[in-house]
Amino acid sequence: MNGEPLGSIFLNAVLINNFVLSAFLGICPFLGVSKKIDTAARMGAAVTFVMLVSSMCAYGVNIALAWIGAPYLQLISYIVIIASAVQLVEMFVRKFSPGLFRALGIFLPLITTNCAILGLALFQTSKNYNFVQSLVYALGAGAGFALAIVLMAGIREELELATVPHLLKGTAIVLVVAGILSLAFMGFAGLGA
Amino acid sequence: MTGDTTASAVLTRGFWRDNPVFVQVLGMCPVLAVTNTVENSLVMGLATSFVLVASAIIVSLTRRVIPRQVRIASYILIIATFVTMADYIIQAVSLEIHRALGAFISLIVVNCIILGRAEAFSSRNPVFKSVLDAVGMGIGFTFAIVALGTIRELLGSGTWMGWDVLGPSFEPWVIMVLPGGAFFVLGLLLFLVNVIGERR
Repeated sequence: MNGEPLGSIFLNAVLINNFVLSAFLGICPFLGVSKKIDTAARMGAAVTFVMLVSSMCAYGVNIALAWIGAPYLQLISYIVIIASAVQLVEMFVRKFSPGLFRALGIFLPLITTNCAILGLALFQTSKNYNFVQSLVYALGAGAGFALAIVLMAGIREELELATVPHLLKGTAIVLVVAGILSLAFMGFAGLGA
Repeated sequence: MTGDTTASAVLTRGFWRDNPVFVQVLGMCPVLAVTNTVENSLVMGLATSFVLVASAIIVSLTRRVIPRQVRIASYILIIATFVTMADYIIQAVSLEIHRALGAFISLIVVNCIILGRAEAFSSRNPVFKSVLDAVGMGIGFTFAIVALGTIRELLGSGTWMGWDVLGPSFEPWVIMVLPGGAFFVLGLLLFLVNVIGERR
């Protein structure tokens, strides 16, 4: 068991070891879905939600796998769980909030291949978090992802107005901006214990 | 996936014209995360190529058996199986590298290059061609990731594969081994690829 306090787990996941900017997880949606602030915010919310659900499931699966003694099935069961969690979330959202469902559109199923989700499941296992710690970690990771993608979308909206050399346009300039953001987040490194 | 489907075109396409990293901008997470040294990059590139080729064979062999509705789920299961194998192989060969790469070996599962090739190529082409395509993409990915690793290790610690290249008087650019440096170098490489593309 890991005795880390909940507050520090949360802060750590949001700022110090931000999933996108310092652990490089979830880069694809970070580069792909960060053109507008509102789509970015919705993507962040959806990812956070899926993270919470799959974190709970991964915790359960881990106990089950330890019980049948088959650790080599870990990766395969995680990915199956995440795919089903995404499907579940999709059905749930469609039933209870058709508006949100339409707004999220294609992004919802794409969350399955977001490596931040699988990364979260793997990290919480390797860090030996208990159930509550895992949930807080998932919440922090989701919040960190949302924060990074919204910040990025804000900068990219401004970037539309700036004059960028045409050879740097597209992904290249976005990566440079991401590098500067990542440098800024390094300033949080002293926050933790 | 247009006209040119000769074997050599399929093989070489992945290296430059459709390079998975520089042109298609896929599979960014491992490209940025593990390229702080050349050794890590090389292992990552080889592991990804292994999974690419192995899953291309199986996906291509079973392309008439798997129903369309469940194909993505089946591909992910096939890929996850090979990634687990790669994970255990690396662990057996070198525990040190396994520790350095950490969760990123397992994360090969969600590397969009592999699922993308399975869906776009292996599921509609015979085995031989799928293997060629996978090998080409694997070489292209390894080339890109080692290029990034070379720049970051040379400037970040003055070494290449652990050998001291730039000598003792070289002051390492710490930024290069930090996350920010990964973004900068990749942005710069994409810029260079654009410049070369413009010249042609």
